[in-house]
Amino acid sequence: MNVRWETYLGAVGFLMLLGAHYVGLFVAPPEAMMGDVGRILYAHVPTAWVGLLTYLVAFIAAIGAMLTGKAKWDALVEASVEVGLLLNVLLLIQGSLWAKPTWGVYWTWDPRLTTCAIMVVGFGVVLALRKQIDEPARRLTISSVATIVAFVNVPIVYMSVKWWRTLHQNFSSPETVDSAMVTPLRVAAFAMLFLSTAFVVRRWRLAVAQLTLEFDGPDLPAPSAPLAVED
Amino acid sequence: MKTTLDILYKDMLIEWRARSRTVALLSFAYTILLLFAFAIGPDAAALRHHAGAYLWLGLLLCSTLLLDRSMRIEFEADAVSKLLLVPVSAPGLFYGKAIANSVQLWIVGLISIPMVIVICDATITEHWAWLVLTIFLGGAGLAAPGTLYSAMIARLSGRQLLLPLMLFPLVVPVVVAAVKTTSLVMLGDPMNQAGSWLVLLGCFNLIYWSLCGVLFGRVVEA
Repeated sequence: MNVRWETYLGAVGFLMLLGAHYVGLFVAPPEAMMGDVGRILYAHVPTAWVGLLTYLVAFIAAIGAMLTGKAKWDALVEASVEVGLLLNVLLLIQGSLWAKPTWGVYWTWDPRLTTCAIMVVGFGVVLALRKQIDEPARRLTISSVATIVAFVNVPIVYMSVKWWRTLHQNFSSPETVDSAMVTPLRVAAFAMLFLSTAFVVRRWRLAVAQLTLEFDGPDLPAPSAPLAVED
Repeated sequence: MKTTLDILYKDMLIEWRARSRTVALLSFAYTILLLFAFAIGPDAAALRHHAGAYLWLGLLLCSTLLLDRSMRIEFEADAVSKLLLVPVSAPGLFYGKAIANSVQLWIVGLISIPMVIVICDATITEHWAWLVLTIFLGGAGLAAPGTLYSAMIARLSGRQLLLPLMLFPLVVPVVVAAVKTTSLVMLGDPMNQAGSWLVLLGCFNLIYWSLCGVLFGRVVEA
């Protein structure tokens, strides 16, 4: 059986994720201010980091697709935007679950939350556009442009906690987090990275196969005879 | 530069010859302001407090009609291909059309201010020049990405739905900054915050006008 390398990477990522969450839930100390509710950080923070990283991959792929016009870059745009969007939606769900016991509401119009929600729509539109355009070369250009423009929001999301007064926590670093929490957080982050890479690569392979057929495939044959109309 | 001015002149001439369209746009802005007033009810304080938001939401909704029409006239008889064959440079075409769209948004925005003052009982407590500058930067911030996106979807069947879907999330920072500045000018700015919001608006304009100008060529060639 031909098992691709990303399958192993995904399996390693999944096992690491299980281990990190076990330590995060049962071994690591509770967060000083939030108690056990703060344990969601082992899922939420890696999702955010890897989600933004996936969008960065989409942005680079979009530039590559525009410069080269190759289906492989276009396939990477499709794959990374899809996985990035999945992580982004997960991020919003996790954030809402954490916000209810902490802030008392599932959702508030905080700059970090709002810019994250905008990011979902921005990149969701890229996928909607791809479905709307049948011609492969045009789809490549239009979706690449839409991805590059949507990426403008990503640095804003990242910096929103600095630029605006926000309810969301500011940047954390190993100096501001207890060492017993840093290790499971790092393991969870790498686990999420491996798992997401596996998803992106697998989706990329599927998209390459489909797009190569569209880019290089023959046009459909014309009907051999006009349809007969019976009197 | 000459190309930009030629395209700007062409678009403004088209709009001047069909003045009824600008009147329709203004009527639309007026209707939106009235609808907000009806939705809020007779609470004059709430209307006054949110007047800036109504002004910019009205302008945002008007911009989708304006931008869709602006690019449709180029793509209907494939005029854009002929323009590129002349040859007209793609950045020149973009900046000409984006400035023409900005000018129309500025006109609608400036005429909407007295409407907001009357309908929402708003007052201008700071210097009026701040408000004009906000309309200038906010209108330009809507026009640049809007012109790019309307070109991207001009040939698609669901463009009336796609344009706001694509544009609104992208211009949220512009709308937030413009609403904040307008509200400060109308309600008072004791902490002198308007300047920093205008700088933010200027930064977004810089990003959008440069990035969209670079990408527009690819879009029209596609």
